[in-house]
Amino acid sequence: MGLPPEIILEAVLNGLLTGAVYGLVALGLTLVYGVLHIINFAHGALLTAAMYAAYLAWAALGIDPYVAALPLAVLFFGIGYLVQRLVIGPASQGKDENILLVTLGLSIIIENLMLAVFHSDTRSIDVPYAMDVIEAGPALLSWPRVVGFGATMVVAAALYVLMHFSATGKAIRAVAKERTGAALVGIDVAHIYAVTFGIGTACLAIAAALLLPSFYVSPRVGNAFVLVAFTIVVLGGMGSVVGALVGGLVIGVVESLSGLFLGESLGQIGIFLIFILVLLVRPTGLFGARA
Amino acid sequence: MTGTGPDPAFLAVRGVTKRFGGLIAVNDATLNVAEGSITGLIGPNGAGKTTLFAVIAGFEKPTAGLVLLEGEDITGRRPHELARMGLARTFQIVQPFAGLTVRENIAVGAFLRETKRGAALAAAERVAERVGLADQLDKPAAALTVAGRKRLEVARALATRPKLLLLDEVLAGLNPSEIRDIVPVIRAIRDGGVTVLMIEHVMQAVMDLCEAVHVLAQGRIICSGSPAEVVAAPAVVEAYLGHGAAKRLQGAADA
Amino acid sequence: MRAILAFAAVVAVVPLLVSSNVALNFLVFTMIIALAAQGWNLLGGYGGQYSFGHAAFFGTGAYLTAILQVRFGLNSYPAFAAGIALAALVGLAIGSLAFRSGLKGSYFALVTLAFAEVFRVLANAAQVTGGAAGILIRLQQDPANFQFAERGTFLWVAGTMVTLALMATLALERSRLGAQLVAVRENEAAAQALGVDVLAVKLRTITLSAAMTGAAGGLYAQYFLYLDANIAYGTWISVEALLAPIVGGAGTVFGPVLGAVLLHAIAEATRMIAGRIPGIDLVAFGIVLILVVRFPPRDIPGLLRRWRR
Repeated sequence: MGLPPEIILEAVLNGLLTGAVYGLVALGLTLVYGVLHIINFAHGALLTAAMYAAYLAWAALGIDPYVAALPLAVLFFGIGYLVQRLVIGPASQGKDENILLVTLGLSIIIENLMLAVFHSDTRSIDVPYAMDVIEAGPALLSWPRVVGFGATMVVAAALYVLMHFSATGKAIRAVAKERTGAALVGIDVAHIYAVTFGIGTACLAIAAALLLPSFYVSPRVGNAFVLVAFTIVVLGGMGSVVGALVGGLVIGVVESLSGLFLGESLGQIGIFLIFILVLLVRPTGLFGARA
Repeated sequence: MTGTGPDPAFLAVRGVTKRFGGLIAVNDATLNVAEGSITGLIGPNGAGKTTLFAVIAGFEKPTAGLVLLEGEDITGRRPHELARMGLARTFQIVQPFAGLTVRENIAVGAFLRETKRGAALAAAERVAERVGLADQLDKPAAALTVAGRKRLEVARALATRPKLLLLDEVLAGLNPSEIRDIVPVIRAIRDGGVTVLMIEHVMQAVMDLCEAVHVLAQGRIICSGSPAEVVAAPAVVEAYLGHGAAKRLQGAADA
Repeated sequence: MRAILAFAAVVAVVPLLVSSNVALNFLVFTMIIALAAQGWNLLGGYGGQYSFGHAAFFGTGAYLTAILQVRFGLNSYPAFAAGIALAALVGLAIGSLAFRSGLKGSYFALVTLAFAEVFRVLANAAQVTGGAAGILIRLQQDPANFQFAERGTFLWVAGTMVTLALMATLALERSRLGAQLVAVRENEAAAQALGVDVLAVKLRTITLSAAMTGAAGGLYAQYFLYLDANIAYGTWISVEALLAPIVGGAGTVFGPVLGAVLLHAIAEATRMIAGRIPGIDLVAFGIVLILVVRFPPRDIPGLLRRWRR
């Protein structure tokens, strides 16, 4: 090894910053799991779609991704709402395998639509601040990543407030705890499911806007994130919002360090192995509630 | 019961305790089942009967205690090994293979002793005859009535050719005429050489069928004996009707 | 059995009647997919364990077949056999890890997906696989090398493999293992209570399943003579292997073949209508998948029966 400690420190800090955005991606996934009890395989593809949307906002309309974040969140809330209401909900018929297959089908459709429209080239945008850095002691931190970190924390806090102090948030938590009971007291469960799915998708839109200045976009870029997000959710505990954020930070650091020590291409393996290990070692602890 | 030496009981449960976190579902339960008997296990709802069944049949590992079948320690063995040894169970909530026909359902049990499909299907038909499902063999299991599903539970278990059959509330949810139909089936199973241990709430059937009864309340065996003895025992009356009930009943009778 | 013989007869006759290379290509490729899908069908269709990572088996079969020839100068046939054997072993290993840990449903799907991705990343980085540049099997068209000058001959070979897979599936369906497997799919606890060793049944099945899909990988290597990580271990083959049985009828002998033919006919049709837009055929696959789940064809006979009653 023999790497100087500053380099390692920098890798850890940058890992934390990237990890926060991973956490945001995972937040959407874990929220949907916690309420609907489904694993959304289309999560990665929806992220890809959001990144293309942010890309288009910049390339066609000249809107900075940070400015586009909120309108995109609203747009993707709508998309998520409709996808759950019109596609996933009706097709699931209460069967796990069906949800598995339908969300897989969605991800295939979205991913390949992106491929059909944008072809397989990777695209990135050229914002003036893309290369800006902030000095933090001996380490240099990328400005877009610092923004990503801050924005993730704001979104997480906003989500907390929404879930605990709004009527919709309370309804969501009621449905998550006891669906039948919630339905009996007059909560429209199908609507709440769709709202939750919409919020999860809106989180993706914000994550996409935060990623774009420092990341490229291609039709399969979401796949890279979705396994990362699954890993985070498994690590942090299915349905746990805090777990998603902490898990995101951990995975960000792991990825950054394994990239440093193993190189870019093998670096991904670290995440997969953690993912497999956590699944195998804690099969009931984190996941077993459904068995 | 001295607890030493070879145990004469066919099935012996010795000091079985099962905890789920802080909850004690079964607390130091000890009971015997004599070979060739129909033995009842009764008790109020939530007493731990089904948990005790799950421990005996290998679906749950006991926190403490032993289960012996014909003197052999079978504690903690897995369900499929126990089935091979001749211990079969039914489920309180019926668990049919919904997508399969009645014949195929029973054949899964028969395959435990048969390797060839033809032999397993033939064995399934014979078992269906015994439990009165012969005319429904080609129906999908999902299309059976509640009574039919209960019979299917029994048939599948019987097809594994058990020595000991654990029946978990096979009469629950049946109407009186359906119960009248199935009681002789259970007796015929025992007469065919299968020892039966049954959880049951329908007291009339327990009185008719069982030679011995164990009463479980709040995880403990509070009484064992013949059906008549058990029903008369004050501890049993209190377990069902609440503290002091036996005395009140006695007082009412005296007055 | 009669249907299988009829299928074999059709496969035998087609190369005599069809000479178009495009058509033969289409048929060979469809047969390879059908074989991979039949492997998935054993585990997913009959056993109810939905793998999203059958690429792990396909790629292993393909890569070992290629590597043994290219790097070690082995003849193609033993290389092909070794590829199948290693794929089976990989299946057993992944199955042991996943099933021993009690993974089911979505979690089994996730873990298989992750394993396939690990293999893909490794194959993309390793030396022996040719890394990102891929591996090329030298063109030596000679039946002794499992390479044929005529595409029709290869269709015979692939068709024979599929026929064997169909017969194996039928034999499984009628065997004790088959009955126990379906019981595990329908209700694990009940199966256990009836003496079914659930873990053993799942392990045997995933091994068979991986061998079959691995054979498809080996065939792919021999037909196209080129592999890279995104082909051999790519998600595309995991998806194809799953999609064909789901569309054609999971847990039936002919489902995978039917589904593979249907899907690739749809893909061709889509390409004809929409032109050569990349990915458009897969968009069609996704739509078909959702429609099949939403309106299951297997429900149609049931619905009709209920009406008549």
